[in-house]
Amino acid sequence: MSNYTDELVDFDEALDRYDPVLGFEVHVELNTKTKMFSDAPNAFGDDPNTNVTPVDLGLPGVLPVVNKTAVEYSILIGLALNCQIAEKCGFARKNYFYPDTPKNFQTSQYDDPIAFDGWLDIELEDGEVFRVEIERAHMEEDAGKLTHMGGAAGRIQGADYSLVDYNRAGVPLVEIVTKPIVGAGKRAPELARAYVAAVREIVKNLGVSDAKMERGNVRCDANVSLMPKDAQKFGTRTETKNVNSLRAVEHAVRFEIERHAAVLDSGAKIVQETRHWHEDTRSTTSGRPKSDADDYRYFPEPDLVPIITTAEWVEELRSRLPEPPADRRKRLKADWGYADKEFRDVVNAGVLDEIEATIAAGTSAAVARKWWMGEIARLAKASDKEIADLGVTPQTIVELNSLIEAKKINDKIARQVLEFVLEGEGSPTDIVEKRSLAVVNDDDALGKAVDDAMAAMPDVVEKIKGGKMQAIGALMGPVMKATRGQADAGRVREIVMEKLGL
Amino acid sequence: MNELIKLSAAELAAKLRAGEVTSVEAVQAHLDRIAEVDGTLNAFLHVNAEEALAVAAEVDAIRAAGGAEAEALHPLAGVPIAIKDLIVTKGQPTTAASKMLDGWMSPYDATVIEKIRAAKLPMLGKTNLDEFAMGSSTEHSAYGVTRNPWDLGRIPGGSGGGSAAAVAAFEAPLALGTDTGGSIRQPGAVTGTVGVKPTYGAVSRYGAIAMASSLDQIGPVSRTVLDSALLQELIGGHDPKDSTSLPQDLEGLVAAAQTGAAGDLTGVRVGVIKELQGEGYQEGVQARFNESLELLKNAGAEIVEVSCPNFKYALGAYYLIMPSEVSSNLAKFDGVRFGQRVLPTEGPLTIERVMAATRAAGFGDEVKRRIILGTYALSAGYYDAYYGSAQKVRTLIQRDFDAAFEQADVLISPTAPTVAFELGANDNDPVAMYLNDVATIPANLAGVPGITVPGGLSEGLPVGIQFLAPAYEDARLYRAGAALETLLEKQWGRTLISQAPAIDTASIAQEA
Repeated sequence: MSNYTDELVDFDEALDRYDPVLGFEVHVELNTKTKMFSDAPNAFGDDPNTNVTPVDLGLPGVLPVVNKTAVEYSILIGLALNCQIAEKCGFARKNYFYPDTPKNFQTSQYDDPIAFDGWLDIELEDGEVFRVEIERAHMEEDAGKLTHMGGAAGRIQGADYSLVDYNRAGVPLVEIVTKPIVGAGKRAPELARAYVAAVREIVKNLGVSDAKMERGNVRCDANVSLMPKDAQKFGTRTETKNVNSLRAVEHAVRFEIERHAAVLDSGAKIVQETRHWHEDTRSTTSGRPKSDADDYRYFPEPDLVPIITTAEWVEELRSRLPEPPADRRKRLKADWGYADKEFRDVVNAGVLDEIEATIAAGTSAAVARKWWMGEIARLAKASDKEIADLGVTPQTIVELNSLIEAKKINDKIARQVLEFVLEGEGSPTDIVEKRSLAVVNDDDALGKAVDDAMAAMPDVVEKIKGGKMQAIGALMGPVMKATRGQADAGRVREIVMEKLGL
Repeated sequence: MNELIKLSAAELAAKLRAGEVTSVEAVQAHLDRIAEVDGTLNAFLHVNAEEALAVAAEVDAIRAAGGAEAEALHPLAGVPIAIKDLIVTKGQPTTAASKMLDGWMSPYDATVIEKIRAAKLPMLGKTNLDEFAMGSSTEHSAYGVTRNPWDLGRIPGGSGGGSAAAVAAFEAPLALGTDTGGSIRQPGAVTGTVGVKPTYGAVSRYGAIAMASSLDQIGPVSRTVLDSALLQELIGGHDPKDSTSLPQDLEGLVAAAQTGAAGDLTGVRVGVIKELQGEGYQEGVQARFNESLELLKNAGAEIVEVSCPNFKYALGAYYLIMPSEVSSNLAKFDGVRFGQRVLPTEGPLTIERVMAATRAAGFGDEVKRRIILGTYALSAGYYDAYYGSAQKVRTLIQRDFDAAFEQADVLISPTAPTVAFELGANDNDPVAMYLNDVATIPANLAGVPGITVPGGLSEGLPVGIQFLAPAYEDARLYRAGAALETLLEKQWGRTLISQAPAIDTASIAQEA
């Protein structure tokens, strides 16, 4: 019986009656130079079937050889997820026939993953922290890529024929599996997104994956079940496959909660199955039934020998771990003294590295934030680029700021100078020099401009004399015009006061 | 018959070095012999005449030029060799004796083939076998049976019947075999030749089409023990492409064969395996075995009896582990990327149905039988009872060997319980065929090395004597094997193979 239903229960209402239980399987493609079991290049975007050896095609007689770097990357991931590292582990064969799998079995880890029993603290936007328990992180190989030609919308059913590209076959993967996550309640969708974001950030920070979700470097299968509020026993789960953006993870979990609630409310049962995520409709549809009795006839891979991880090796790898992203954020926020919202905006804009480098190069935290969250962000938005891709260096910011502090240029000119820098005209100092952009604070030149302005506007002068100091602003226009905008406004004000004896 | 083909590999190599004969002459003599008898025997699936002669000519030219390059030639350079058609070769078809791979050309060479090319041994061609090496009679080839040169109505053993028959019939002095449960040793026994299954991992498996990965091992086939030692030293050694290959080279194999050839085994403890004799072993086989023991004793060996109580479970464990691995290893033969593709004759053309039609048409019955057995043994709910239990038996057998090797330096048994059986005798009784490997299988399960040497005749047919040694101690096999070879030949006054009858090519209709 299909449990397909168009019915959804309002999210808040659903969670008044049910507790959600989540679970995630996140696949991370490692960015090793070569594949998991062959010396074919591990590269994205090349012509189909060019990054293959006889091993990747599963030709008769070939044997796999484990990529040591992939093992090291897997251990690094395990350590970053606070896992135990197995002293001895091995590979198994997962047997199933499918043309994207050249040997018709996938070489994977089964009952002895390289990393197990870890945890990750996930901080939500408001600072609430959920601890997600990690069941295991294991190594395996990716499959090739099938393209179904003709027929219905790129599906294998009804296709005229299918093309297969084995470039991706054998790319090293680490699959990170959580234990059931209980107690997230209404924050489940938010937690789902934050968890996947945290894993992505960790593997990117480790340098072991390109971590681009849009390229499938990080792929998430999201398991959701509901149980009535007072229940102890988990409900039946569904597994939504290949939810491949952070936003989609959040939406898919939310959708499945709403759908499960509707099915359960109607008295029907949830069928254990995989679900397909559809970004366009933000909904899932039924995939294939999945039960724990799926028979992959796992058995130990006889072509490989066990991997032995010595304590020295693991400790050497541990010493290579960078500071965890969450710890780093906590440290930087305290160091920089930003308000909660300011810091969150900086994190969301993805310019932590840039601000840190700019401060290191010599500006204050406030100045660094002003530039990166202000003018640079505006330029990036205007040119539809990532801030990091604009090419602004910390040195440029330091120089611009020095010029401002030395009163050589004002803020407005500094913004112009930055644009010239990005257009490749040279360093800020050179540009100010070449384009004669330095602020005019030469008293003779300014004095003359002020005299001319006062002569032209006697009524304004009278107002100032009468004590209306804000009227000085009216003189600023003609003075700026006379100096092509380069007048130091503060100095102009002083000169006016001097001349009027105030 | 050209006398060149009667020479052992070592003798031929010496003549080549001395300039008494050329490699081209030697290769041509073997090609002539193949042309003469192979229409009857069907030991070869492919004859590689052109390339073999070209390699031979190259070796001759290097020798003629002399100097450093000639000095650097491998001792076996120019000596022709036949290759079991389970081992992939560039430039020659590789079929595994299956319709599945009809016409398939490998784009790469097996590691052992790279070594053979580097040493410049002309490859005469590819030899017949039971399909994917599954069988003990070479009757299960998709390309016809191979006949035993001693009696054309009998099997040459299997799966490596082609390599053994080729060497026994003087079509080649050397051949490569593969041994998963006895596929080198049992054909050696029933054709009166020498065959060695090295220690698991001593020879790279890269490029040997896998039957059961944890059991498969490539090894030498020859007419003398020394020749096998020479060939194992050439093909052995660590291979970074085979994770299960040993890190170290096994050294001193040729030296051990030369030591053994003196016929003195003083102080060597030879353990007679209680469970591998007596019931189920033909009387003539048992008689030759007992005579060999007597000779060894007279040569100074200390004969002790050892018991390996778990060997009685070996065949059962083997027929669970081997098919399990087979079911997975042969999954890749699906018509998608290489080899035959067969489309279903009716119904929709889906990928599952194309795979099914390809496998239904491409595999023979014995292969299908083992795939089905193995698929069942690995199934959820049965895994522990079958595959799991078999792995436990495997551990027990390894312990039996460990205990036995505390009492003895080498173990000894008949290689096969019977002489060659008649073609078709076991057509309806696969288990009877499986039983022929009862003495060879324990070595594969434990990873230890084994050799078969000719031990005389029973009813006019060869009997093989098997020695087994601890892992890494392949040299002990060569010493004991060469000693027994010397002692027997001294007693007979000639080699066993010289007693083989002439091949009556007229009696069997030659294939077109």
